[in-house]
Amino acid sequence: MEVERRSFKARQASARQMLRGDLEGEDLERYVEERVVTTTFEKMLNLARANSIFPLTFGLACCAIEAPISIVTARYDLARFGAEALRASPRQADLIILSGRVSIKMAPVVRRLYDQMLEPKWAISMGACSSSGGMFANYAVVQGADKFMPIDLHIPGCPPRPEAVMYGFTKLQRKIMGNPDPGWRTRYDALGTEEWARGGPRSEPSREAAEAYERARELSLA
Amino acid sequence: MPDAPGLELIRGEIERDNPGAVLATSFDREQPALIVDPSRLLEVLRWLRDEPGQAYRFLASLHAADYLPAEPRFGVHYELLNRDRRERLRVKAMLADPGEEMLPEIDSCVELFPTAEAQEREVFDFFGIVFRGHPNLTRILMPDDYVGWPQRRDFPVGGEPVTFTYSERNYG
Repeated sequence: MEVERRSFKARQASARQMLRGDLEGEDLERYVEERVVTTTFEKMLNLARANSIFPLTFGLACCAIEAPISIVTARYDLARFGAEALRASPRQADLIILSGRVSIKMAPVVRRLYDQMLEPKWAISMGACSSSGGMFANYAVVQGADKFMPIDLHIPGCPPRPEAVMYGFTKLQRKIMGNPDPGWRTRYDALGTEEWARGGPRSEPSREAAEAYERARELSLA
Repeated sequence: MPDAPGLELIRGEIERDNPGAVLATSFDREQPALIVDPSRLLEVLRWLRDEPGQAYRFLASLHAADYLPAEPRFGVHYELLNRDRRERLRVKAMLADPGEEMLPEIDSCVELFPTAEAQEREVFDFFGIVFRGHPNLTRILMPDDYVGWPQRRDFPVGGEPVTFTYSERNYG
């Protein structure tokens, strides 16, 4: 029996015949090889999720020029990755890009936006400022947005180029599809060279730094 | 801009109408400034605004500065502008630090210049200078529950110490 280029109706008919037991042996093998893909439901679902992300229309500072504005324009065109539909409401969005510094006055608002988004949801911290406070080591800026909300991905840069944002976005897609791709430390066998700000193994800040940290902490808790 | 003799003339006229209100003058980098007694600030501002020969009717900016080692410590600066003559005049009121748990106080000039309302709130927000008679003296930029006066020089810079553990251990 021939199972090559045939019309949809003919394929339907042959599938019916297969159910009746008419397709057997080598024909059945070839048919399965050409027409059937086996996967799990989760993988299929994650594939669909990763390729239909709705980012939130949301900008915090200068990085907003690069992330939500520049990468959806024709030159960079995030639509190629299925994320061109920016949503103006967090209830319809599943990705929030923290593009810029988060001030301590804005942090509750950002957290509230994140909480309003429906599961499953992801967060990208874009640029040095929202990842670590950047150059703004002062009284007004949160030193890293992961202090008040979970972040899936950090994109370094000040600001990152739109290409970097797109690369980060494809990384996020791979993470959603269950392939988080741990990065160069795994590829180059460099595990154990990570550096911690606090709390990591054997991380002892200098005495002056620890005192300054405690003073700032007491002041912020007062 | 009034030049240095013009500034002294203005000072003399204020001295005639409000004796003792102006403590000193300064003409640094071509910028005239009157240093006034903080308790008599409103007299000077009103005189400069209403005197027909002066008519500095526009408050271009109101800001403060913390000159910490110096005494008196705080300076509140009023940048006045006469838009007809395009002349600017700075009025400075120097305030001493009243000590722990106390805030320096000065009269609010909102009744003279309504535009000072938001700017006095900003000065209060960042320097903790209380403006007596301000209609709504609350924080304007920092969160309402913020503690401290962040633009004072003795306020900690903030941020977090970053320790590069791997580099310190291996190369430090």
